[in-house]
Amino acid sequence: MGAQKKRAAAATAAARVSEDPDDLARQPLQAILLADSFTTKFRPITLERPKVLLPLVNVPMINYTLAWLEAAGVAEVFVFCCAHSKQVIDYLENSEWFSQPNFTVKTIESHNIISAGDALRLIYEQNVIHGDFVLISGDTVSNMLLTQALQEHKERKKKDNNAVMTMIIKKSKPSPITHQSRLGTDELFMAIDPNTKQLLYYEDKADHSKGTICLDKMLLAENPSISLHNDKQDCYIDICSPEVLSLFTDNFDYQHLRRHFVKGLLLDDIMGYKIFTHEIHSSYAARIDNYRSYDIVSKDIIQRWTYPYVPDVKFCGNRATKLERRGMYRASEIEQSRSAQVGSFTVIGCGTKIGSNSKISDSVIGEGCTIGSNVLIEGSYLWDNVIIEDGCELRHVIVCDGVIMKAGAVLKPGVVLSFKVVIGERFVVPAYSKVSLLQQPTVHDSDEELEYADNSSGTVEFSSIQGTADQSNGEMTSESSEAHKPKLGTGGVGYIWSICEGGQEEEWRHSVAPIPEDKLAELSEAMDDDQELVTQDRTALSTSGELISDSNASEGDDNEDSKDDSVYFEKEVEATFLRAVEENVKVDHVILEVNSLRLSYNMTSADCAGAVFYSMMKLAVKTPHSSASELQQNTANIITTWQKLLKSYLLEIDEEVCTIDLDSNYICIFSLLVN
Amino acid sequence: MPDTQALVNDFLNKLKKRKIEGSQATARQTAELLRSVISQQRVPYTNQAGALIDAVKAIGEQLIAANPVELAVGNIVRRVLHIIREEDLSLTTAAIGGLNLSAVSDDENDDDRDGDSTLSAAAVAAAARSTLRPPSLQTLLEDTPVSAAVPQTSSSGGDSEGKSKSADKSSRSRKLKHDVIEAVNELIQDIVTCHEQIAEQAVEHIHQNEVILTLGSSRTVLEFLFAAKEKKRSFRVFVAEGAPRYQGHLLAKELVARGLQTTLITDSAVFAMISRVNMVIVGAHAVMANGGVIAPVGMNLVALAAQKHAVPFVVLAGSHKLCPLYPHNPEVLLNELRSPSELLDFGEFSDCMDFGSGSGSPLLHVVNPAFDYVPPKLVSLFITDAGGHNPSYMYRLIADYYSADDLVVQRRATAGN
Repeated sequence: MGAQKKRAAAATAAARVSEDPDDLARQPLQAILLADSFTTKFRPITLERPKVLLPLVNVPMINYTLAWLEAAGVAEVFVFCCAHSKQVIDYLENSEWFSQPNFTVKTIESHNIISAGDALRLIYEQNVIHGDFVLISGDTVSNMLLTQALQEHKERKKKDNNAVMTMIIKKSKPSPITHQSRLGTDELFMAIDPNTKQLLYYEDKADHSKGTICLDKMLLAENPSISLHNDKQDCYIDICSPEVLSLFTDNFDYQHLRRHFVKGLLLDDIMGYKIFTHEIHSSYAARIDNYRSYDIVSKDIIQRWTYPYVPDVKFCGNRATKLERRGMYRASEIEQSRSAQVGSFTVIGCGTKIGSNSKISDSVIGEGCTIGSNVLIEGSYLWDNVIIEDGCELRHVIVCDGVIMKAGAVLKPGVVLSFKVVIGERFVVPAYSKVSLLQQPTVHDSDEELEYADNSSGTVEFSSIQGTADQSNGEMTSESSEAHKPKLGTGGVGYIWSICEGGQEEEWRHSVAPIPEDKLAELSEAMDDDQELVTQDRTALSTSGELISDSNASEGDDNEDSKDDSVYFEKEVEATFLRAVEENVKVDHVILEVNSLRLSYNMTSADCAGAVFYSMMKLAVKTPHSSASELQQNTANIITTWQKLLKSYLLEIDEEVCTIDLDSNYICIFSLLVN
Repeated sequence: MPDTQALVNDFLNKLKKRKIEGSQATARQTAELLRSVISQQRVPYTNQAGALIDAVKAIGEQLIAANPVELAVGNIVRRVLHIIREEDLSLTTAAIGGLNLSAVSDDENDDDRDGDSTLSAAAVAAAARSTLRPPSLQTLLEDTPVSAAVPQTSSSGGDSEGKSKSADKSSRSRKLKHDVIEAVNELIQDIVTCHEQIAEQAVEHIHQNEVILTLGSSRTVLEFLFAAKEKKRSFRVFVAEGAPRYQGHLLAKELVARGLQTTLITDSAVFAMISRVNMVIVGAHAVMANGGVIAPVGMNLVALAAQKHAVPFVVLAGSHKLCPLYPHNPEVLLNELRSPSELLDFGEFSDCMDFGSGSGSPLLHVVNPAFDYVPPKLVSLFITDAGGHNPSYMYRLIADYYSADDLVVQRRATAGN
């Protein structure tokens, strides 16, 4: 394919856009809404219903997205339906979205699309997008105002034709223990030019076990200043120029919006396309990517961060709900026993019955549910028409439409019950299991590499044990059946999906349940070890024993010993250097000492330079400081004091730059840790 | 009809999505919408008033449900219903009067009466309210068959009329609709000019070298203060900023632009400053039937401070803000919780909002109510476009504007009627 074709396509796109630059301003804003996430994280639920129609606080997710688009001033939305497209289209046709004034919703349907990239290519072929558009997926909840971001985008576009995309980001600190954001997504590293807000680097799959990330040294060479963030959250709301669509068409291997498209653009320096960021502060934006974010976003909605898209405001034809004290939302026609206790931050749907002595807290109960007496529901999501018989216990689970739980059944945290599953009497569903009426698919589809779900290993063992309703004989007590094969108890209907080997460990990360204490303790211990490792050994082995090739790895991956050696060498150099600083040893003596170390460990002089520089930086970071500028000042002081030491190991100026580039990565990380 | 439906839907959408800010704008738009509904409504041959009332109620119910917090919507719907009833009453009483009179003496009197009512329907309605009712009660006692039906259901009244005077019918139906639209126009005019009418009274209340305290921003207060300034009164204004939306900042800016000596203080400083204040003048979100006020959050604090230091607490409210309901009525939604992001930055506090660990519910909750309820005993004076009133007089004012049948705007009630 060649750059020629690329350029031609880009030129035509540009021509189409720049036909009338003044017209752009007047052009109605368009949006592309992907009603398919092209992942399998919500399985088994998404086998029966598309993700965008799953209820989020009793309103299908797509309504939040559409309501926001409408409020943000978008005039035309193209809803791209793929999986279960019929359900999505039927839903939209019966909803009020087709009859809104000044807001048109059009559906585009396709069945053989397996990625966002394909979807955008198809939309490009249809030639319906004429100007800047908002690219969003149908599972995004937001209440931000688009005007400012849009304005910025247009102004940038006017100045620089290569500014094709503005990405909306939001501050959100990732947990230092689990290295994931509160939405359950992986910690995200972004390098942003603080002046122009240009995105320079994007990495959401950083290897935490190693504790390092690698920046291209050209980044540091080319940009006068870079700020590296790990406390930003990608909202998955993009304002794109029409060129984006043609870019997808040109690069037919782009599948994933972030992994391929964004990273592709950042790496590709031939065309020079640029991506910018817009940070929102007070308004809310989040995408529901996994069960954890489903839980978190639901709670944010209940706590009204998404105002006006909250249950008691009828933003999309939802039922009237009243907000009572302590964040309790109750629809009309609820039958509640006097002795039932409904706690704070709970939503109860219309026509639900709650029996005596039941306790409900931090949960969302759908419409028409029947809850027996002495039931305990905590932090759970019950969808419509669920029947919970007496004495059941539910903690941090998702229960889909039409599920029946027989008396005394217990759901452990993290369980997901798909549509119409029946759980037998006194059956205990183990934690993190997923139960569906459908069997787990044995073979993955051809689009396996597109499924970014946890099961990367792909070794899925087929295990589907059915406890059908007709097996109602006496010997089917739960113990005997458990001993034999895990059924769903007496009268239970459904299959427990097995969790594949690799996924089991990670299951808690994305589950609806909060992270268990022991996991946290385990992780923080591991982290303490890690940090020690990081400080001792910046090329530490990842726990999996896998070596990720990076600029440093090539030296050390032929044998373990040299790696260990380099660790000790660095430690020695650091100790030497620190002693030198404390005792004011002359530079020449330090050079001598380090040289002897170099000889005894059989290192190159570049290694020495690296180690010395590393020790210097560490000293700088450790020196007490209150602000970033002070830190910078400290660093500069130390470098000027000890530059002779550094220079003695660096023969050429080029090499010097190289070392500084390599090591400043770590320093970036350190300053992040320090801050 | 379809275009009214579109209009109604459009307005409903705006209300539902909280796109209209301020009671005055809401009230004006509601009245305009109802006016177009009335003008589009086909009036049947008999029982025109009933048809109009049904149509307005049907739409009013939707409007009220769309944003139950904005009480002005319900107020205007009730006002329009009241207007229809009054116009109908004035017409029927006029007609009955004419009937009775014609039975007694001649036709001349009848024409006179009709002319009167066309000229100033509202005046006659007001007259009917105060003077015609007791006589109609009397007539009710005297000649039962005809007039007993009139106040009860206008349909039977219309029927009996139709039998007797069918020729007059068409002109009467046109007249009713015309009169109602005229009266609604007057209502809209009142809403639009309520600021000026309130502001006219400013000089009577603000005196030379006084210190006025206000909280947040209210257009009515702004106009009121300007009006006093224009009349060459020199006074100083303390503006409490009105957290968390800080609209007091905007008010201070506008006051300064008009050359008023302004001091901006935090809400928490109100108690410290109140001893230097001569009068507190604030706007309101709604005034309830008992004289209680629903006002931006923080107002109760100001009212209590004012009471403690015996500073007059004056509430300015256009008549569209008078709500005929009582605050203890469960149908009245007194408050709305707005987004916590007005209080604090979500990103900064995202680690406090982590549900991912521990028990699954965060330890930090943020509550951001929009309104306060100020009980009537803390209010010294209401200034409406109809003059100044004591809180205990509110119920009387409300009886002038609303008819008791409309307090519950629900079609079920109409069906029962």
